[in-house]
Amino acid sequence: MSLAFRVEKRDQGSALFRSLTIIASVLVALFVAGFLLLAAGVNPAAAYLEILREALGSTYGISETLVKATPLIITGLAVSVAFRMQIWNIGAEGQIYMGACGATGVALFSGLEAPLMLPAMFAAAFLAGGLWASVAGLLRARWQVNEVIVTLLMNYIAILLADYLIYGPWKNPDGYNFPLTAQFVDAARLSEYFNTRLHSGFFLALFCALAVYLLMERTIWGYQIKAIGSNPAAARYAGMKTGLAIFLVLALSGAIAGIAGFSEVAGLQHRLQHGLSPGYGYTAIIIAWLARRSALGVIIVSLLMGVLLVGGDSLQLSWQLPVAFAYAFQGLILFFLLAGDFFINFRLRRVKEDADA
Amino acid sequence: MLEILLDATVRAGTPILFATLGAIINERAGIINLGIEGLMLIGALSGFAATFASGSLLLGVLAAFVAAFIAGSIHALITVQLRGNQIVSGLALTMFGIGITALFGRGVVGQTIDGFERHAVPLLAQLPLVGKAFFNQDWLIYFSFLLVALIWFFFYRTRWGLELRTIGENPAAADACGIPVNRYRFLAVACGSGFVGIGGAYLSLASTPMWIENMTAGRGWIAVALVIFASWSSFRALFGAYLFGGITAMQLRFQAMGTTVSAHILQMLPYIFTIVVLVISTIRLQKGASQQPGNLGLPYDREDRK
Repeated sequence: MSLAFRVEKRDQGSALFRSLTIIASVLVALFVAGFLLLAAGVNPAAAYLEILREALGSTYGISETLVKATPLIITGLAVSVAFRMQIWNIGAEGQIYMGACGATGVALFSGLEAPLMLPAMFAAAFLAGGLWASVAGLLRARWQVNEVIVTLLMNYIAILLADYLIYGPWKNPDGYNFPLTAQFVDAARLSEYFNTRLHSGFFLALFCALAVYLLMERTIWGYQIKAIGSNPAAARYAGMKTGLAIFLVLALSGAIAGIAGFSEVAGLQHRLQHGLSPGYGYTAIIIAWLARRSALGVIIVSLLMGVLLVGGDSLQLSWQLPVAFAYAFQGLILFFLLAGDFFINFRLRRVKEDADA
Repeated sequence: MLEILLDATVRAGTPILFATLGAIINERAGIINLGIEGLMLIGALSGFAATFASGSLLLGVLAAFVAAFIAGSIHALITVQLRGNQIVSGLALTMFGIGITALFGRGVVGQTIDGFERHAVPLLAQLPLVGKAFFNQDWLIYFSFLLVALIWFFFYRTRWGLELRTIGENPAAADACGIPVNRYRFLAVACGSGFVGIGGAYLSLASTPMWIENMTAGRGWIAVALVIFASWSSFRALFGAYLFGGITAMQLRFQAMGTTVSAHILQMLPYIFTIVVLVISTIRLQKGASQQPGNLGLPYDREDRK
């Protein structure tokens, strides 16, 4: 008797089964990551407990989790909007930087007053992120240039552009030559709550989620995006302008990611500095993939990722783990999610050896 | 002056060349691999660590190949056997590579080794202009020349190569011919990944003989773009990698000359250049003469045959 299996297609199974598979995938990923931690000389059980304690064990921890979740929700939405059309925006990271540059430019040089300043910064960030992504949108819509590669390469350019501004023309003249811009005036800052770093960007993120939900589920445009995503040929036959839609959806996706840049500089950092985003734009891809089609899902997954990031920051301090280790976690989670998908879509049936080969 | 620039071109282009060749082997079998950046890092770290521990550069190169082969096998398992999404799996591989090398690279940060040295090829090295750049180099660069020819030979002069190309074009037809589609695809992804790892090792064993976290700095992505520029041909990959190397060499030269242009702006050049090249080659691709494997990016399921 040997162990031979045949792979069979099956219906996706119930929503409960799918959710359980996703949860199981994440747990297995954490389990495997435990071995990596062990190999790096860190006690995984202690590390995981520390993550939970740091991120959820105190009011401050919870506020920090929400602070981290803020840019994740916004960029997760950005990526998921494009996902609905089977368009891959891997450039949210760069679009965050461009949005931050736009907002910072207005904050430092516009000289606007209180009620106008923040909306103007928001608009500048929205436009900057949108324009940045629309380059990839134009190339994809007009010539079918692979948007994965273009958006990704533009991340490197955007980060270098921000560095150029920080180290060059926008450097704070009174900053003892540190690579930072001047601090924003009060009119250019979002309000903060409860004596923590939690700022109104979090509510802006929730509002974005609502807006994206309404756009996708309650407008013709959202319907077209979904239609083109599920069957481009049929959508074209039905008279939809797929090229234009691709361009617009990438521009919108970039604009939303740009909002995250606005929220980070106006709500949290109050200046433009190097390392503005520790890879939120890449984590956003996982969030969009995990949340599949739901804006609410983006919020939930972002909060979980927020826990992981806050806890990860504390592991860095207590165990001297490198910042980038969070990526190994995220990569593993994705691997196991993909493996989990297999068990959602297929069933393994045991076959006897003497049966058909 | 031109000779120095050409030499720097070859040295800057070689890691990209290995990575592009590895990616071509993946895509010829019909599997997109966006994990190139992560695989290069895994190769760079394992190569460096093995050489640091053993003192042998050959062992370093082998370790880079084997480590990237194993990491590539994860991508192969997910995309071939489990029919998972190739784009997501590749991105996961890149993230995993960045993270895991940051974690395990801590032990060798700041260490140094004796990297690859130059060995002049008699006579050929005396050629005017190109002699020094191409024939007064290290063993890995000579190996990259050989690999370009070998890959061409494999795909166009061997039965296995033909079968692998068939799988990339039309896996159902290959299956009907009795070619074990999944086994070939798995091996192509894993071996291709191994060569990508050697590209990473070139950085840590020859370019700058040390390990630096995230030392690939986007080269893997540039390689992914160059595959399209190269039309999936190893000889064109050589050309593309050196074109990129030339831009990098010029950028470094400008910086060394102390121009007034910001270093940050100069560092953008290779990325901008790669996007421009990608756009041009994509447009050319659509005007016919497409070498793109017909089934690129799609999983194969025998039950879906039409």
